[in-house]
Order: sequence, then C-alpha cells, then structure tokens
Amino acid sequence: MALQSLDIARRSATTTDSPSVRRTTEVAKLIDVSTCIGCKACQAACMEWNDIRDEVGSNSGVYDNPRDLSAESWTVMRYAEVEEAGKLEWLIRKDGCMHCADPGCLKACPAPGAIVQYANGIVDFHEENCIGCGYCITGCPFNVPRLSKKDGKAYKCTLCSDRVAVGQAPACVKACPTGALQFGSKEQMKDYAEHRIGDLKERGFANAGLYDPPGVGGTHVMYVLHHADRPSLYNNLPDDPSISPMVALWKGVAKPLATATMALVGLAGLFHYVMKGPNEVSTETEKEVEKEESV
Amino acid sequence: MIRDPKDLQRYTASERANHWAVGMSFILLALSGLALFHPLFWPLANLFGGGTWMRILHPYLGVLMALSFLIIFLRFKTLNAMTATDWQWVDRVKEMVNGDDHNMPEQGKYNGGQKLLFWALSVCVLLLFVSGVMLWRAYFDLPVGMVRLGAVIHAAIAAFMIGLITVHVYAAIWVKGTIRAMWYGSVTRAWARQHHRGWYRQITGK
Repeated sequence: MALQSLDIARRSATTTDSPSVRRTTEVAKLIDVSTCIGCKACQAACMEWNDIRDEVGSNSGVYDNPRDLSAESWTVMRYAEVEEAGKLEWLIRKDGCMHCADPGCLKACPAPGAIVQYANGIVDFHEENCIGCGYCITGCPFNVPRLSKKDGKAYKCTLCSDRVAVGQAPACVKACPTGALQFGSKEQMKDYAEHRIGDLKERGFANAGLYDPPGVGGTHVMYVLHHADRPSLYNNLPDDPSISPMVALWKGVAKPLATATMALVGLAGLFHYVMKGPNEVSTETEKEVEKEESV
Repeated sequence: MIRDPKDLQRYTASERANHWAVGMSFILLALSGLALFHPLFWPLANLFGGGTWMRILHPYLGVLMALSFLIIFLRFKTLNAMTATDWQWVDRVKEMVNGDDHNMPEQGKYNGGQKLLFWALSVCVLLLFVSGVMLWRAYFDLPVGMVRLGAVIHAAIAAFMIGLITVHVYAAIWVKGTIRAMWYGSVTRAWARQHHRGWYRQITGK
C-alpha cells in the first residue's frame, strides 16, 4: 500500500481488482473560466513544481505559448476570440488532463501499471512502466498525453499527485492570483461551481454551467463555463466526450473474443488429431507407386 | 542432402529460406503482438527484453515480414490461382477433415484449401502492414481517428491471421510427410501421389 491518499483504484492492463477495501474522498480541480485572466501563472507554477522545462518556442502571433501541450508542458492556456451577440468575448481555457473517472488512456494502455487511477480520482502515469507505444494518446478523448522525444515515454498532468498525497493543493491552484483555480473534494467543488454559475446567470450568461462530462463518468478537473451549452467555443473543448467506440471495441469485447477464438482453433487442432488420427500415406498408394516405378 | 534419389523436390533452398524468414518474423510478431493485445500474454514481453524493447522491435519485425512475404507472394501467386477443380475440392473439404480423402478431386501442387489460405494470408499481411504503419508513433503521427481505426483493424486481422496460421501449421503436422518439405524441400513419391496427384503426374510423367 502506498500513501493512504494514493490508494490505487485502477491499474492499466490488469484484469483483477486493485486493493479496494479502503475508500478515500474524491478530489477535483475546478477551473472557473469566467474569472481567469490568462496570466499563465499556472503554467509557470507547473513547470517549477514538476521541474520540467520545455524548449523555448517562437511567437506565433497569438497569446498561446507554448502552442500546444508537450511532454514538458503539462498545462497550456488556450485563447479563443469569439463573437457572441455582437460582442467580442475572449475565452481563455487552461487545458490539460481532465482526470476522467473512466479514463480512455488507462483503458488503452497495454503495460501493466503504467497508468493508474488513485482512489481519490487522480489518473497518473508511472513512466517507469511506460513502454512508449502511445496507446494512451489513441485512447484519450481530450488529446492530452504526449510522447517525449527525449525518452519515448508518455507524459501529462499528474494533478500534482505528490502534493495532493500530503494534503497540498496542486501547484497551479496555489499560484492562481484570481481564484479561478480551486481545489478540494469533488462535492465541495460542485457546490462552489453552483454558486459561481448562479452569479454568472445573474449577470446575463443564461447558459452558464458546469463541465463535468458524463460520457467519461465525470472528470476530476471541471470547468465553469459561461457558455456550457457550447463547450467547443473554448478552443474545441469536446461537447460530449466519451471513449471512442473504436477504442471501446479494441480494448473491450475484442480482447476476450479474439483470445477465446485463437484458443479454440488451437484446441480444435489438438482434438482433431486425437480423434481422427494423422493423415498418413496409405499403404495402397505406396504399393501403387512401387508398381509404377518398377514398370 | 540427398535422402532417397527417388524423392521429389518440392521447394528450392531459397524458397525454404524465404518461408522461414516469414515464419520466424511471424512467430516473433505474434508473441509480441499478443503481449500488447491482452494482459494475459504480457509475460511474453520478457522474451524481447521487456516491454519497451518489444514495442521498439515489433514494427521492424513487421516490415521484415511484409517484405519477405511480398517475395513469397510474387513467387507463388500464379501457382495459387483457383481453378474449378479447386472449388470442387473446397466443397468436399468436410470429407477430408473427417479423414476420408478417397473422393477428393485430383490436386496440382496446391489444393483449394492451401490456395485460399494463400490469398487470405496475402490480404491479412497487406492490411496488417497498412494498419501497423498507422500505429507506428516513432515515425508517423496520423489523425487520432485513423489511429483508432488502425488499432481495431490491426488487432482483429492479427487474431484472424494467428487462427489461419494455426490451421496452416496443424495441416502440416496432420498430413504426415509434409513438414520435411519445409525443412529440406523434398517429399516422397507416395506422398505426392496421394495428396497432389496432378503435380505428381506433371513431375514424374506417370
């Protein structure tokens, strides 16, 4: 058993139960998009706490910097300029791992224990077990994991599992100057979001709401959105994410079905041999050949 | 090595080597592929020096198999063209499986079952190669929808092909006197007369 708060609830490529006697509180990070000012303090705090330094990129004419998530950038701010009711809105979304309750990455991963889900809901990569196949990228509905060019392993936000294990909030939450990032139990975060959504509705955002998509069983990183009816406005946040049916097929029914079929074909051969006997050249044919030869 | 001067040559040394290049790469691909497919087979990763080495090697083995299979394909494709007699053979295959080959139509170098297997394997290798490239993240970074489709195709076709090869190997074990054709290329006259009479006539003129 690891630290109590890090009890493992699910483990990749493992067909038996993980230790599940003990229950812990589910945690969540709440990202209130409506109070985010896009300062990137969270990005800086993430780099600092996790000791990762991405290559310095180049300015591509927009605020997004770095342009995308990478093995060394586990969270990035994505800026969208959207026109709503004749007014410009600057929608800024902190992107990173959503820590799904039903994680596509974990479902797709073939390496035992390379991806785990703690009892508190955090989905974590254990890179020492990662083989670098990239199936997690194939499985993720949010396009989050990235393979490192340096070591070929996959990386993503850990929700600062090391900090959470000792009762601390993730580094990004600690650094946020406006309170747009909140951390606590999932229940607490939902209550807090409720209050924020009420406030937004009062201010004219009739469709304000919580993004906790049920298609992936809910997430342990949730957003408060002013336009919860159209999540895709926020730099293509999926409207209704779920594990792709292709991945569900590949990592679901196909596995036992194919394994059973292959085993049956092998067994059919064995029993055919035992029951019908080998197909030998008949003595009749041998005699005929001898006869032909002697002519 | 000459065993019995009367034996018939079925495969040249180069054809045998070619078959084994395909066979070895297939065995290694199946073992590593199964380990990647289902946790039940994960211990097979140890045969390759661990999961990471297995992940690195699998696609290169795939390229090796695709290339060596392509040569086999080009060498044997005309010999495997289906004829009307082959279809008759396929229609009666139940009798053969039941252990009675007396009424089976006369066969050339290959019977209808072997020929269908040849074409099925050719399609499998092609699909595995294309879908495998789609999954090869060391060199390719394709849209995730394509990768997902590739993963399903790759897994399904691979499981199917493992089934086909099981049948192929079993047939060789079941029909006595066959495996030596794969090892040293020759078969006895009686074997040829019983299982491939058309080919026997053609070679011996009898």
